[in-house]
Amino acid sequence: MSFYLLAGIIVISAALVVTLKNIFHCALALIAVLLGLAAMYFVLGAPFVGMMQLVIYVGAIMILVLFAIMLTSRISDKVVSVSNRQVVPTLLAVGCLLFLILIPLGQTVLPQNSGGKFDPIFDLSYALMTTYLLPFEVVSVVLLAVLVGAIALARRD
Amino acid sequence: MEYLALSLILFGLGLFGALTRKNIIAILMAIELMLNAVNLNLVFFSRQLGDPAGQIFALFVIAMAAAEVTVGLAIVINLYREFKEIDVERINLLKW
Repeated sequence: MSFYLLAGIIVISAALVVTLKNIFHCALALIAVLLGLAAMYFVLGAPFVGMMQLVIYVGAIMILVLFAIMLTSRISDKVVSVSNRQVVPTLLAVGCLLFLILIPLGQTVLPQNSGGKFDPIFDLSYALMTTYLLPFEVVSVVLLAVLVGAIALARRD
Repeated sequence: MEYLALSLILFGLGLFGALTRKNIIAILMAIELMLNAVNLNLVFFSRQLGDPAGQIFALFVIAMAAAEVTVGLAIVINLYREFKEIDVERINLLKW
């Protein structure tokens, strides 16, 4: 029951993100999608991923996006059209793609959980510090490079 | 199963937005939608297979999305300073 409620919120908000005219309202709808997905992760038994979704996506990324919108576009601008001229062909192509994937999806038998249970906090952190230690460190290097790169790109010279 | 269908619909909406929008920031937001669809898939299969690897990949995807948006928005702000415009149809210096 909670799944269908959340799925309805997510799909409607996602449709608003790609169709609304005012870019600021699009960003607000995207926040609704991200909050719905965070709740979905809690339902799926992934509380850590859900918290990170809240902290990183809603807390950091969307604030950055809202700042960029306010720095670049005047909200009251007269917008002639927000979409290019390929709306109908794109709609057809994406519709065909979804149709072609949904049909085999309905006939697929998913692998059943073979009794594998894991603690979403303990086992996650254990795996992150043992098996996935190298990618974990590489991510921190990437984040440092991004920090320097973003400052170098956006600096006024 | 219905999680996969939701993820697929979300990905389709993101793809549609990325292909039809004119505003660069709107395109970046559509890409965020697609990344989130992938994350939902990963977390769902993590539960389905009883394996924490899916959730760890979802965390890496979130970190990379943060990096992508940061650099992307820095480029957008630079473009706006240069052209006073963030419409992708009018920023076509590299198009031949």
